Amino acid sequence: MKVTITLNGRDITRDIDPGMNLYAFVRNENMYSVKCGCETSSCGACTVLLDDEPVLSCSILAARADGREVTTLEGVQEQAGELAAYIAAEGADQCGFCNPGFMMNTIALLKKNSNPTESEVNEHLAGNLCRCSGYQGQTRGIMKYIEAKNGKGVL
Amino acid sequence: MLKIKKYVRAQTLEEAWELNQDRNNQVLGGMIWMRQADKVIDTAIDLSDLGLDVITETENEFIIGAMASLNQLMENEGFIEYTDGAVIDAIKPIVGVQFRNMATVGGSIYAKLGFSDVFTLFLALDAKVRLVKAGDVEIRDFAEMKNERDILTHVIVKKSQAKIFYQSVRGAQTDFPILTFAARRTDDRMYIAVGGRPGKAVLLEGNMDRDEMKKRMEEEVSFGSNLKGSGEYRLHLAKVLCDRAVERLGGEI
Repeated sequence: MKVTITLNGRDITRDIDPGMNLYAFVRNENMYSVKCGCETSSCGACTVLLDDEPVLSCSILAARADGREVTTLEGVQEQAGELAAYIAAEGADQCGFCNPGFMMNTIALLKKNSNPTESEVNEHLAGNLCRCSGYQGQTRGIMKYIEAKNGKGVL
Repeated sequence: MLKIKKYVRAQTLEEAWELNQDRNNQVLGGMIWMRQADKVIDTAIDLSDLGLDVITETENEFIIGAMASLNQLMENEGFIEYTDGAVIDAIKPIVGVQFRNMATVGGSIYAKLGFSDVFTLFLALDAKVRLVKAGDVEIRDFAEMKNERDILTHVIVKKSQAKIFYQSVRGAQTDFPILTFAARRTDDRMYIAVGGRPGKAVLLEGNMDRDEMKKRMEEEVSFGSNLKGSGEYRLHLAKVLCDRAVERLGGEI
């Protein structure tokens, strides 16, 4: 079947298998930031934005994204680069496998709420799992990034 | 592994229903659980184009489209107010925001999953489900219905003067619940839904005081054991939640 998806601002038309998930679709388009960690809709590593809402690309059919906008980390490189620097500065990047998912979901939150509290950040990121950092460093990095963005810290 | 041979976005409910009469076809909800199945679907039927993702509040009821996401429901101000925030208590612990953006209200109810916080909440709310062919059916009757390949289009919650309480017990935040528990109190009746037993939620209803609730919980509700907890533990938790519900809902009837 044929689908047209706006991927990171570019319209892409492809003939796909009806059962292809969005994760496979974006990886086929060389969006390698998107990872598959669990395949049980639990870990958040495959998070992409679908019409600006975060979804798990491993669990949604590419066919369902037909006619819609999909954003991966490659589509928000500047913001992701800044955010990643804050997370790395807190020593929370370690293996790095979960980071793209964390960053995409954080970016989704900041689109709706530019100045969330730490509690709101933690609640929003509850569906992103990390097996090596322990979460504290990531939370610190994200909060410092938010403070800097809001003129309360160093960017 | 799930394999889908053909994908169709139905343009009418009748088209979706007709397609769904073939046992090899299946209606898609959020696809969260379906994707983990090892099966072949001839035609996956998507209801996304049918405008079923809308939540409408009228003077007397809430009409919730089957394709509304769990996040939509959790963020609906009218429903939050009506349920005294119980809808947030029920839905917020479900995995994460990405998951809740995909999981649908209809899929959560149609599947009648034992661990479903959503099914437990709506059972206590005395909701109805709207099916294409069967029409409006009380959710408590729907719970016992066999799968007749009908399609759930809406969930309807009639407003009543009631206080509502929801709490689940989980080993860790966002994990599957060990027990789900919802209570609704009107002037003279208490409605208690308990799920994750680990079977699907069941409803107790009546003019019950605290002791009566616990007694009926012991005598009428079966609690089973699995890796998450024993039946005995679940019964104990259910009794504790009866106490909490009574306190949160303003005391005994």
